[in-house]
Amino acid sequence: MARRGFLKATVGAASLVALAGCDNLTQSSWFPGILQKAQGLTETAQWAITPANAMAKEYNEADISALFPANGNTDPGTQDYADMAQSNFAGWDVSIDGLVKTPMSYSLAAIKEMPARTQITRHDCVEGWSAIGKWTGVPLGDLLRAAEPLPTAKYAVFHCADVDEEGIAYYESMAVADCYHPQTILAYELNGLPLDVPHGAPLRLRFERQLGYKQAKYIQRIELVESLEGIGMGKGGYWEDQGYEWYAGI
Amino acid sequence: MSNLMESPMPMAEAVPSPEPITVPHVTTERIYRHRLLVRICHWLNVPCLFILIMSGLQIFNAHPALYWGDRSDRDKPLLSIRPMRTDSGELKGVTTILGRRFDTTGVLGYSNGMGRAFPAWATVPSARWLAAGRQWHLFFAWVFVINGVLFAAYSLYSHHFKKDLLPTGQDLKQIPQAVKDHLVLRHPKGDEARRYNVLQKLAYAGILFVVAPVIVLTGLTMSPTIDTAFPWLLTIFGGRQAARTIHFIACFSFVGFIVIHVAQVMLTGFFNNIGSMITGWFTVQQEGVKP
Repeated sequence: MARRGFLKATVGAASLVALAGCDNLTQSSWFPGILQKAQGLTETAQWAITPANAMAKEYNEADISALFPANGNTDPGTQDYADMAQSNFAGWDVSIDGLVKTPMSYSLAAIKEMPARTQITRHDCVEGWSAIGKWTGVPLGDLLRAAEPLPTAKYAVFHCADVDEEGIAYYESMAVADCYHPQTILAYELNGLPLDVPHGAPLRLRFERQLGYKQAKYIQRIELVESLEGIGMGKGGYWEDQGYEWYAGI
Repeated sequence: MSNLMESPMPMAEAVPSPEPITVPHVTTERIYRHRLLVRICHWLNVPCLFILIMSGLQIFNAHPALYWGDRSDRDKPLLSIRPMRTDSGELKGVTTILGRRFDTTGVLGYSNGMGRAFPAWATVPSARWLAAGRQWHLFFAWVFVINGVLFAAYSLYSHHFKKDLLPTGQDLKQIPQAVKDHLVLRHPKGDEARRYNVLQKLAYAGILFVVAPVIVLTGLTMSPTIDTAFPWLLTIFGGRQAARTIHFIACFSFVGFIVIHVAQVMLTGFFNNIGSMITGWFTVQQEGVKP
């Protein structure tokens, strides 16, 4: 019995030491770098087994969530944005520039006149919940083709109108190849209504093969770049700069 | 490396107990029970499971509710673990399972003055930190999967699965007796201890060849990219949120397995068991065998 008590105490103590060890490793300068190596492996493996045009499941009207939660920044909160919202975003433009042959600028009205795609898809938040919504928008590939990206362009960077409480601007990025996926759209409608402010009015990204934080809202500018260095903190997005994976396929 | 080729159970060398004075006619016999690769896989699983479970609970804490189907209808969770303010203004931890509420203050929902589903001592890292939890989880998920595939391939190839783990028809008939024996903590001795009993076989085969694959596949079903490549995953598990629920249940099947497994290791000769998983050699006591 004494021996059993000793064993229990040993197991308990070992667990506490292991836990403290995990916390120390998480805080260390070198260990997270090792953990993050898994991201490259996941990305490579998922790219290898996923056909380029594999489609995300599309649902029926009956599957649409009664309430689609709005997460992250739910109002850009700047005077400029408030003025735009006041005028129904009449003056909203999206520019496509950077490593392109023909920099373009589209008004919201022009985007709404282009051939649209409507899809009922599942939004998977990094926190774990899912919501289903019906999105209407213009395929991003159509916009990019018009701008003619240069061969050196590797990433599309989405510059957004929202800033957090500390004034840090939201941005996101994706591989140029993913921009041409048929379900990658710049959406302006959710469930048949113009996007509201919490969900990213007037334009947000739908990139159905990755997690929610990749779905940038309040998009004003799409910049094509060769490297993500020098943008934000260099990790490719607002959440990525805080330790979340750039490759958000899982 | 020659260990790898030896078969684990039948090879035995009878060694007479040096001083068979206290109990007459007892010999101890050392049998080679666990082959090298199995031992390596076993010990790799220890840190893997420790970290996967606890970083998984960290991830769960980011949205501490489970659902069935494809979407999260927040008014209809199967399970939720949340802090709630009572009428008197104090915070309590409330766990709701299928609509029934339980006060779990101190452990689930509210612990150490913080509203959080699983307490700090159960998560990696201990502070609320989803990004770091995901990094731990997704790294060790790879180690766990590679280790598991290696073990599965080896145990099928070497017949370890069929010979030692898969219950035979004869085994299955002994389930009632084995349950009784376990309930009174009567453990197999002598020749019976050379091989796994039927409940052991069911526990090992079940956790290794059912629960482990299910936990990996439901984990993959939560990946939006994998869902585009293999949409049938959503079909077989009943949707992404259902897959998340099954992943959680499978996780607690592992927790239950580990608790019973470690208890049994302690009850049936701790040092012999641990030693055999380190060196491969297991001691069996034979009673009433005349020299």
